[in-house]
Amino acid sequence: MAGPSDETKETPSQTAGPYVHIGCTPNFAGIEGVYPEDLGQRMKIGPVKGEEITIRGAVHEGTGTVLRDAMVEIWQADAGGLYNAPNETRGTADPNFTGWGRSAGDMETGEFTFHTVKPGRVPCPDGRLQAPHVTVWIVARGINIGLHTRLYFADEAAANAEDPILSRIEHRNRIPTLLAKPEGGGVYRFDIHLQGPSETIFFDI
Amino acid sequence: MTSTPKGGYAARDRGWHPPALTPPYKTSVKRSPSAPLLSFPSTLSEETGPVFGHHILGPQDNDLLHNFAAEGQSAIGPRIVVHGRVTDQFGRPVAGALLEVWQANAGGRYRHRKEGYLAPLDPNFGGCGRVITGEDGSYEFRTVQPGPYPWPNGANDWRPAHIHFSIFGHGFAQRLVTQMYFEGDPLIWRCPIVGAIPSREAIESLIAPLDMARTLPMDARAYRFDITLRGRRQTMFENRREGL
Repeated sequence: MAGPSDETKETPSQTAGPYVHIGCTPNFAGIEGVYPEDLGQRMKIGPVKGEEITIRGAVHEGTGTVLRDAMVEIWQADAGGLYNAPNETRGTADPNFTGWGRSAGDMETGEFTFHTVKPGRVPCPDGRLQAPHVTVWIVARGINIGLHTRLYFADEAAANAEDPILSRIEHRNRIPTLLAKPEGGGVYRFDIHLQGPSETIFFDI
Repeated sequence: MTSTPKGGYAARDRGWHPPALTPPYKTSVKRSPSAPLLSFPSTLSEETGPVFGHHILGPQDNDLLHNFAAEGQSAIGPRIVVHGRVTDQFGRPVAGALLEVWQANAGGRYRHRKEGYLAPLDPNFGGCGRVITGEDGSYEFRTVQPGPYPWPNGANDWRPAHIHFSIFGHGFAQRLVTQMYFEGDPLIWRCPIVGAIPSREAIESLIAPLDMARTLPMDARAYRFDITLRGRRQTMFENRREGL
């Protein structure tokens, strides 16, 4: 349908529903033999550059209950701050690192896990450097349109203090909801709260 | 691949999409953020995204009639072809877009560990498929038309027949999950998930019409479902050095 500036409306979103895993992680859902492996399971396809880390967490709803039917995807730069994407024009990213991960979460505990690398810093269009961050996208039953957030690292205080996106946040007491906490051994904990007093900041990007 | 324009993504029209909180769809009540979303102009982190090559596809990935079936067998149900084009909101084709689809079988039963609807599984139907768009943004897959199924929301709620779509464009900001419905299904207008979408016009954009021109005589009916992703603004005069 043509609008006043002959632009078409975006296809409206709908919930991914409780059976998103049939389509996106069929082997995890018990449908084996269709695809050799679930997409996004492995972010490292060879020896990678940089610090290897593990990101763990869970998605909580407004009553505090953990979601056991969410699907979480992450997208991030490599250790050198380059994206493994055709429209990355600043250089060539680490070919052994995809930058994209997908986790169905544990069927009982709902906990998601990503084996990845700590991303390097990426500039804003005006040249200012962003702090190391991971773009996070969440879909599930009950979520009508996918939720975007960002994961920053609690042990990058200096970079976080000058991050252009974090600087825009008026409610400073909510910033910790975007900080993954180091737990030792290269593990970072990032819990997502969809609603309530510790509600995660979600973005309209 | 078609070249991608530079510039940030045009803002999403959130009055066109369903809002987060839609109480007739009960699960949304405790899974919807209560604070407003924080807006910022897109950066490289949103303007890039994973792009998948055709090498990830197996020969039957877009054939749900056969990709889970035993040798010489096929899924039971009305045979259909679903096809369409993926373009951005400025009319540019989106080449190389990965579409992942999933659905129930002809009786409305999903093949999933947590699903216990009494309609039987079809031993020859898995319910997942995927396809990557061509240079002109077109895609096509074949499957069986899924059946409606009951769900625990209201006391007697039934989902219309639908196919779920997950779509990757060229930037992570374009990431989209939606559902396709079938022309003429009377359940569409009774469904609280469909009804989460504010306007009739937006709902109609999710209803695939029967496409007799692409229907294969004595084989399969065809439905056409075109998909529109967010577009990037032109940047001829863009000067982003003063702001983000």
